[in-house]
Amino acid sequence: MEPILKIENLKTSFMTSNGEVQAVRGVSFTVEKGEIVGLVGESGSGKSVTSMSILKLLADTARIKEGKILFEGEDLTQYSRAQMRKIRGGKISMIFQDPMSSLNPLIPVGKQVAEMIREHHREKSKEEIKKEVLELFARVRIPEPEKRYRSFPHEFSGGMRQRVMIAMALANRPDLLIADEPTTALDVTIQDQILKQLRELKKEYGTSIIFITHDLGVVAELCDRVVVLYGGLVMEEATIYDIFENPKHPYTLGLLASIPALDQDKSRRLKPIPGSPPDMTKPPQGCPFAPRCPYARVVCGRELPEMTEVAEDHRSRCWLLSPDAPDENNPFRKNGRAGEERRESHE
Amino acid sequence: MSNTAMLEVKNLTKHFKAGKGQEVHAVDNVSFTLEKGKTLGLVGESGCGKSSCARTIIRIYDPTEGQILLDGQDITHMKQRELKPLRKKMQMIFQDPYASLNARMTVRDIIAEPLLAHGIVKKKDQANEYVYPMLERVGLTKEHANRYAHEFSGGQRQRVGIARALVLQPELVICDEPISALDVSIQAQVINLLKDFQEERGVSYLFIAHDLSMVRYVSDDVGVMYLGQLVEVCEADEIYKNPLHPYTRGLLGSIPIANPRLAREKEKSSIEGDIPSPIDPPAGCRFHTRCPYAKPACSQQAPELKDVGAGHQVACHLY
Repeated sequence: MEPILKIENLKTSFMTSNGEVQAVRGVSFTVEKGEIVGLVGESGSGKSVTSMSILKLLADTARIKEGKILFEGEDLTQYSRAQMRKIRGGKISMIFQDPMSSLNPLIPVGKQVAEMIREHHREKSKEEIKKEVLELFARVRIPEPEKRYRSFPHEFSGGMRQRVMIAMALANRPDLLIADEPTTALDVTIQDQILKQLRELKKEYGTSIIFITHDLGVVAELCDRVVVLYGGLVMEEATIYDIFENPKHPYTLGLLASIPALDQDKSRRLKPIPGSPPDMTKPPQGCPFAPRCPYARVVCGRELPEMTEVAEDHRSRCWLLSPDAPDENNPFRKNGRAGEERRESHE
Repeated sequence: MSNTAMLEVKNLTKHFKAGKGQEVHAVDNVSFTLEKGKTLGLVGESGCGKSSCARTIIRIYDPTEGQILLDGQDITHMKQRELKPLRKKMQMIFQDPYASLNARMTVRDIIAEPLLAHGIVKKKDQANEYVYPMLERVGLTKEHANRYAHEFSGGQRQRVGIARALVLQPELVICDEPISALDVSIQAQVINLLKDFQEERGVSYLFIAHDLSMVRYVSDDVGVMYLGQLVEVCEADEIYKNPLHPYTRGLLGSIPIANPRLAREKEKSSIEGDIPSPIDPPAGCRFHTRCPYAKPACSQQAPELKDVGAGHQVACHLY
């Protein structure tokens, strides 16, 4: 089946007074129908810029320099402003991290959601739209929808506001929902409720979701497939099980090692990834992770590795996977366990 | 009074005036003891009073009621002038390394300031002998000393915040969500640093966070707060293996498990609804409005925090 979204070699840059910031440097991935894809990476990895590029919600200083964004077969990079307005909130909608800054503080929330429906369905009557909004509120479990329709954003808690945002995003039954860290600002109990709703949504309507996060726990709970970004590039792409059980990139290994499990042995130190992410005004010539990678060799700093097919549905960008990579200090070879000790000394 | 306790908090209460004669019950009747060289984790949802509790203990806020004993000394009603020498003993690390460092001071000045304020050095240029080793200890270098906070990444800024807090060799450090603003790969760096300091110098930490797996990892004991009250206190492993309070169970059930197979298998016992307003907290047990096991008694009578064996304390009518 044709994927609903296919991003090919996307390059997005910001023109700043300090020069060009190459935030996204050639990202490719696909989203199938009814699939939840996790976009994982730390701040500056390019995950938000990638998603903003899809909806062309970028700042004036930003430019999509290269690549295609094929949504249901059509290239969104070629769309005009008017065409994009039809798509946004219609076939593709988005939820942001901070619901307070995405809602208008002066307009009752019900009206704001209604506006979203009217924008795309001029033919619907006022009553029809209101009925739909109330159904949406009930759907996302906002208690007392009638009363809440007339409430203002400041009268809601963070979790309730995020529900309003979800109601708004769902208003026109989108085919693709982009959720940019929608639960990062929420408490775990509320996060849990929101995740549950996203799962139901996928099940009931077959909505495809791109879920952007840095929280691997959330990814494990929600996603079907994971795309790991670092330094504006895809480092690894695999099914949820392969990412956690058979990771094939040192950055993914590092991410997994730096979170404590709930049954983590307390006497064992956490293994952080040393150093900090690269400066994207001067992106490194080779692999962007090389300066922080415990397995880096000379070639890694010089030349960017290509994406390698590790298995079906599993691709990774790492020199250690190349056939002529050495066995020594190579975590992806059977006898390459020597790497463990190296990691310790690297802290 | 045992002299092994670094910090003893007895029936601490902090109410804020909210206008119209209303009061925010931020902290209500909280008691706990933090032993020397140990870490006590405080967890709970936003608005549960964990930060207010920390700020009252360090006397940024004046307590409404209760008693705070720092190393056996009652600091509850001390004037700020009397407190000043004691501030050397207790320091704080804040959540937001972007907001808590003065943008117009160099890193050297930021770390030197507490030394000057407490008269440990008389002049700025004498501070270097303290500042440089401290910088190196937190994984920065001498060269960083002349830079400003905005030139650093979030993780590096938090290291500067830690260096400033630890340069006075405090005995108690209150860490208010020290890692929640940081990236995952950086969080572990900061946690390891805090743990190393504890091993070297026997610092006690009051560690406030909402990330339960991290709290369990760093803490010896854990206290769970809900709407200004402690609902459960016990040894860190015990709270994860044998949580008793329905709120603690719900909170644990809500943590995403970083294991896709387990995450998909587990029966989720999440908590419905939102945390009620602390202006007019529910009568009886404050959790009864969201509790799946609530009985009639729960809405009438507030349960006391009681020991149910082996130092495991819980405030719930089920026990």
